[in-house]
Amino acid sequence: MRKWSSLLVALMLAILPLAACRQRTEKAGKQTVSRLDTVKQRGKLICGVSGELPGFSFVSSDGKFAGLDVDVCRAVAAAVFDNPNAVEFRKLNAKERFTALQSGEIDLLSRNTSWTLSRGTSVGLEFAPVVFYDGQGIMVRKDSGIKSLEQLKDKSICTQIGTTNEQNLSDQMRQRNIPYKLVVFEDINIAYATYVEGRCQGVTSDRSQLLSRRSTLPKPEEHLILDTVISKEPLAPAVAKGDAKWHDVVQWSVYSLIGAEELGITSQNVSEMASNPNPEIKRFLGTEGELGTGMGLTNDFAVRIVKHVGNYGEVYDRNLGSKTSFNLPRGLNNQWSKGGLLYSPPFR
Amino acid sequence: MNINPNSKLKNNFWRDVRFWRIAMQIGVLGLLAIAILILWDNLDYNLEQRGIELGFDFLRSQASFEIGEKPIPYTPADSYLLALLLGLLNSLRVMVAGIILTTIVGVSMGIARLSDNWLVRNLSLIYVETFRNTPLLVQLLFWYLAIFLGAAKTAGKIQLFGFISLTGNGLEIFGIVLSPEFGALLIGLTCYTGAFIAEIVRAGIQSVPRGQWEAARSLGLKPSLAMRLVIFPQALRVIIPPLTSQYLNLAKNSSLASAIGYPDVYFVASTTFNQTGRVVEVMLLLIGTYLTISLSIAGGMNLLNRYVQIKER
Repeated sequence: MRKWSSLLVALMLAILPLAACRQRTEKAGKQTVSRLDTVKQRGKLICGVSGELPGFSFVSSDGKFAGLDVDVCRAVAAAVFDNPNAVEFRKLNAKERFTALQSGEIDLLSRNTSWTLSRGTSVGLEFAPVVFYDGQGIMVRKDSGIKSLEQLKDKSICTQIGTTNEQNLSDQMRQRNIPYKLVVFEDINIAYATYVEGRCQGVTSDRSQLLSRRSTLPKPEEHLILDTVISKEPLAPAVAKGDAKWHDVVQWSVYSLIGAEELGITSQNVSEMASNPNPEIKRFLGTEGELGTGMGLTNDFAVRIVKHVGNYGEVYDRNLGSKTSFNLPRGLNNQWSKGGLLYSPPFR
Repeated sequence: MNINPNSKLKNNFWRDVRFWRIAMQIGVLGLLAIAILILWDNLDYNLEQRGIELGFDFLRSQASFEIGEKPIPYTPADSYLLALLLGLLNSLRVMVAGIILTTIVGVSMGIARLSDNWLVRNLSLIYVETFRNTPLLVQLLFWYLAIFLGAAKTAGKIQLFGFISLTGNGLEIFGIVLSPEFGALLIGLTCYTGAFIAEIVRAGIQSVPRGQWEAARSLGLKPSLAMRLVIFPQALRVIIPPLTSQYLNLAKNSSLASAIGYPDVYFVASTTFNQTGRVVEVMLLLIGTYLTISLSIAGGMNLLNRYVQIKER
C-alpha cells in the first residue's frame, strides 16, 4: 500500500512540471516573443557554423573564427549590438544543423547551407538572401586521368552525410545512366581522409568546399576539380520559420553587406559618407528616415555592419578573394551591375 | 454509498484490500496515460508552432539517393521505405555475421586465457586488455583507415592462409568480395565484442567447481574432453545471461557504421530525415527497429538459456 501511494506521489510530482512546460510554451506562443528580443536580452548572438571549412568558417591562426559564413554572423551581431564579437559560435555537422535551429539552440544558421524548396517548407527553415552562389563539383586525382563524369563509371565516390550532394550526384548519374558506388561518411574529415587513402577515386561536394578542402590536403597540387558543375547550390543563412521580425533583421543585415558595396560604402569611408548628399546613401546610413527602428534596431544598423565587418566585397576579398590562397574569382558572386547575381532591394 | 444500517458488520468495498490493489493499478495507469498525453500534446503543439506535421506518408515518396551496398535491387527512383529496408538488411547482415564470428573468437580466447601454455595464455591476455580498453569508434577507424585502406595501398595485396586476400577493393574470402566498409565494421565489432566475451567465458569456466575437473580426470578423460563434456556445459549456465547483453551490444554498436561509410539502417535513416525533415517519425521508426532486433536476440537467448539450465529430474 505505502509503496503504491509513494509511486503515485512521485508520478504526480513528475507530471506537474510537464504541465507547467505546456503552459509556458502556450504563453510564449500567444505573445510571439521574437528571437530578436531573446537575442537582445541574452546580450549575444548564437550562430551555428561549420568550423571545418577554410574561407567560410574556420578557426584562424589567431584563435578566432573567420570566414564568409562567420562574417554574416558578425554582421548580424554588429547590427543588433554594435559589436561584431557578441557572437557565440556553435560548430555543427551537416546532419545536426537543422535540428539545432528548429529546437532553438541557435538563433541563426550560417553554415554553407543550400537553399532548397523542401528545406524551406517541410524542414521549417526561413532563408535569408543568398550569400554565395555555388555549384556541386567533383574532385579527382590528377594522375587518374579522369576528366568527365562518364569516366567515373564503376568508380567509388566519397561524400558527407546530410547534404544535398548525395541526391544531386544520384540524379546526375541516373540521368546519364552511369553506374557508380557512393560511400557516405558521417564526418567530413573521414570522407576526405578516405579519398586521400585511395578508397574513392572521386570526392564530391560544393565547388567552394572542394577548393577549400583541397588547400588542406597533404599535396593540393595533385588534385583536380572537374569543370563539370552538376547542380545549383545557393548558400544562404537561415532562421527558424514563423518569426518574421527576426527574419527581417537577418535578411536586411545581409542586404546591408550587398547594398553597401553597390553604393560604394566601405569600412574605410563609412564615416565620411555620412556627409554625402545622395538621399539613397543617407537613408542607407540612417541619417534620414526611420528604417532601422521599424525593424526593432537602431537607424544606423547598416553603418554598424559596414564599420565593423565591411561591405560584401571586403568580406569576400578577405576570406575567398585575391587576398587569400584560394584567389577565387567573383563570378556569380558579383554585383548585378558587374555581371553577377548579387542584388539588394532598395533601402527605402 | 450504500450503507445498510442493519448490517454494520458487512465490509464496505473501500475497506477491501483487493479493491485498492486494482484501484491503485488503474490510478497509476491513468497517470501514466496523462503523462504520455501531455508529452505528446507538447510535441504536437511545438511542431505545429514550427509548421511541421507528423505522418508517415513520406515513406512512399522517391528516395532519390544512391546506396553503396545493395543486397536487394534498388535504384534512387525507389521509395524511402525500400531504402530503409535495404539499410535494415545491411544492418542485419553485419549483426548476424558479427554474432557468429564474435562467439567463435570470444570462446576460443576465453579458453586460451586458461591455457597451460604461457605464450597462448599471455597473447590472449594482451588481446583482451587491448580491445576491451580502447573505444570502439577508434578501433573501427583504425581497421578501416589503417588496415583496410592503408595496408592495401602500400602492399597492394595481402594474402592470408591462401583463401583470404585483402586488396584496395575489399576483403576476398573464397571468392566472395566484401567491401572495405563491411569488412572493417565486421572485424571491428567482432574483435571488440570478442574481448568481452572472452572474459565472460573465462569467468564461466572458473566458476565451475574444481571438483568437477578432478572427477572428470578420475574418469580418465583427457583435459580437452573434460572441457568439452564436463566443464563447458556447466559453464554455459553462467555464460549465457551476460553473453546475451554482449550480443545486444554488438547489434546496437553496429550503428557506428556510418562513421566508416557503411550504409546501415541508421545511415539510411539519417539521410531520410535530412532530405524530408521528418526527424520525429524517422527516429520513432529507428527506435522501433532496434528495439525489435534487440528483443528478438534477447528472446532467442532466453530460450537457449532455458535449454542449458539444470533440469529438474
